[in-house]
Formats: sequence, structure tokens, C-alpha cells
Amino acid sequence: MVFRGLSFDVDAGNALVLVGPNGSGKTTLLRILAGLLTATIGRLQFFSDDRAQVSDDTRDQSAHFVAHSDTVKSSLTVKETLRFHADILGADRTRVQSAMETWDIARLGDLPGALLSAGQRRRVALARLSLQDRPIWLLDEPLIALDRSVRARLHDVCADHRAAGGLIVAASHEPFLEDAATLELGAHA
Amino acid sequence: MRAFTALLLRDIVLSLRSGGGAWLGAGFFVLIIALAPLGLGPEPALLKSAAPGLIWIAALLATLLGLERVIEPDLQDGTLDLLRMSALPLEFVVLAKVLAHWLTNGLVICVLAPLVSPMLFVDAKALWVVAASLLLGTPGLSFIGTAGAAVSAGVRRGGVLLALIVLPLNIPALIFGAGAINAVQHGSDPRQALLLLAAFSLIAAVVASLAAAAALRLNED
Repeated sequence: MVFRGLSFDVDAGNALVLVGPNGSGKTTLLRILAGLLTATIGRLQFFSDDRAQVSDDTRDQSAHFVAHSDTVKSSLTVKETLRFHADILGADRTRVQSAMETWDIARLGDLPGALLSAGQRRRVALARLSLQDRPIWLLDEPLIALDRSVRARLHDVCADHRAAGGLIVAASHEPFLEDAATLELGAHA
Repeated sequence: MRAFTALLLRDIVLSLRSGGGAWLGAGFFVLIIALAPLGLGPEPALLKSAAPGLIWIAALLATLLGLERVIEPDLQDGTLDLLRMSALPLEFVVLAKVLAHWLTNGLVICVLAPLVSPMLFVDAKALWVVAASLLLGTPGLSFIGTAGAAVSAGVRRGGVLLALIVLPLNIPALIFGAGAINAVQHGSDPRQALLLLAAFSLIAAVVASLAAAAALRLNED
């Protein structure tokens, strides 16, 4: 059993930061929330604004999950990668350019993934958040490899998302969204 | 449909660009056919009788080469998570991947085979059967191969497991494919073997698609 006595709820416009030592289940919990793992015991429910419970399919279409891995292919350019992500998400392709500008990777658009630094690859992964408006953001160690300016940008983008009624659940070893509620997982694992 | 097309085109681009996949399989196929006369000797009768088996073994191994790149990279870099959370059913994800693999491997082999088969003294009248047998059988190889790739994804030394899963399941294609070429070389009607090859690919399409999608679903659980 990974979790015992774990209970929390997060409202629209709020954020929850999962903290805890390595192996405490932060990523596992995020993957359960994303629907990529199934909890064998317990209950996980998502509610829409009118308090109606949403289905798993609707949840999948309502969430962005940015995991450890950056979903960048070495032989695809940044622009091709984001266009592919837009197509898979069902997002408008015209938002690729604005997403690249938001994350300051527009000048890297024609570079293949193989030539990107770890921080640049991370920015490409985070740019997915800007491709389509989805109310739930699930972020696994979002600060990894990011420099100070991009961290500030991430905080701004997250603040805008929450101000618009979005919800964020993030796992982080570093201080992230200081005004957000925290859930320490080591105590439950 | 948009997500399906995007995935199909991306996989084709990756296969053509990455320096592996497509060209590696095609090169491997041609190399085996070209090396056979050096290993077996220049005797036309011997090469002609070995040709059906050699052509199909070469095709089988050549399609196997690119299979590790069908699922594993997407699992490792998180793209599979993106696909699992998308509106595209996993069965269609598998279909797009099979199609991309076949277009960049199987189809290339179908085109190359009639061109290189004369090195094995295959009769000119049998060349259409060489192409037809591969055209009917290689889709099945891609379907079964993709199912094997899905099952072995994330497993250490998955390539070995992949070969162990895929090769025995492809034995019917080897028998019917070589049988069709053999039949026409001996003046018999190859249609029965070709129809059985088509049946093999159709059964593989249904069973392997469902199996691959189930394997991808269970991959994490």
C-alpha cells in the first residue's frame, strides 16, 4: 500500500503542492489524478463547477499532465513537437506560436530536440500548458532544470491560471507556489 | 482523426529521420539477399530452391529491426502518457503505429524484393508472387510486431523478449509466404498460399491491435 489515510480536496482557483522524500508517492499520486494509474482502494472524484461528478474521459480532456519526462524527440524540431502536441490535445495550431513566445522558445522553433539543453527541453514540455486551456494542471517537479527567469515565468503563468479559476496539483522538492496548500506525503506513505 | 493523422505522420517522419527504422530494415533486407550467394555458393539451382525461405526470413528479420522504436521511445519520453490522456482510443494509437511501421518497413521491402530477388535466380514469372506475398504478409508482421513491442515496452533487454514473442507468432507468414513463391517456381498455383497469407494478416490485425492496446493500458498498472 502506497498511501494510508490520505484525504484532500482542492477547489478551483487553488493549488496543492505535494511534498515529501523520494519514494513517498508524489508522482504516483499525480499519475492517479491524471488517470494513468488506477487506485485499487479508495475513491477519487472530480466535480465540475455545478458540483456534478465528471467522468474519467472528461477528466482526461480537462487536465494537463507535465511529468518528469519532457516528451521531446531528438529528431523533431521544437515547432514540430508542439504542433504534434497541439494535434494530440485537439488544440488550435495557431496557439503554437504564442505558446513558444510565452515560454521564450520562439527563437528555438526550428532547432531539433537533440540540440536543446535540459532547461530548454523542460520549457518545451511546459509550453503544452499554453496550447490549450484546461482547468486542471498536474505538474511533476516543474522547476527541474529551469533558470531563475523561467521559474518566475512559470509562477506568473500558474498565477494567471489560478486567477482564471484553474486548479493546480504539483509535486516539488523545491519551494513552489508558496501561497498554495501543501500535503506532506511521507506522513501518509 | 486529426490526432490519428498527426501520430501517423510523426512516426513516419521519426522513422525516416532518425537514421534507424526504415533505412536500416531495407538495408538489412538487401544485405541478406546479397550475401546469400556468397554463403551458399553460386549454384543457381541451390539458390533458386533456397530463395523463397531466404526472402521471407530476410523480410521477417528486417521488420523486426525497427520494432523496438515503435513503442519504447514514447514510453521513455512520456509521449505515451500524452497519448493515453488524449481522446484517441489506444486501439487507434496502435493502428497509427502499425501503419507507420508498415509504410516505412514492410512496403519498402515489398518494393525492393522483386528488384533483388533475381540475385537468387528467382524466375521472372515468380517476381510478382514475391511482391504479392510480401504485400499480403508484411502487414501481419507489423501488427504482431507492434503487439510484441507493446508487451515488451519498459522491460529490461526488451529487444530480446520482443524477438522471442514475435518470431514464433510469425511462423505462419513464413510458411505461407515461402510456400507461395515455391509453388509458382514449381508451376503450381500460388493463390491458396496467398489467401492464407491474407487471412494471417487479417487475423493479426484484429487480435494484435486489441492485444497491443491492452498491453499499453496495463503497462503502468
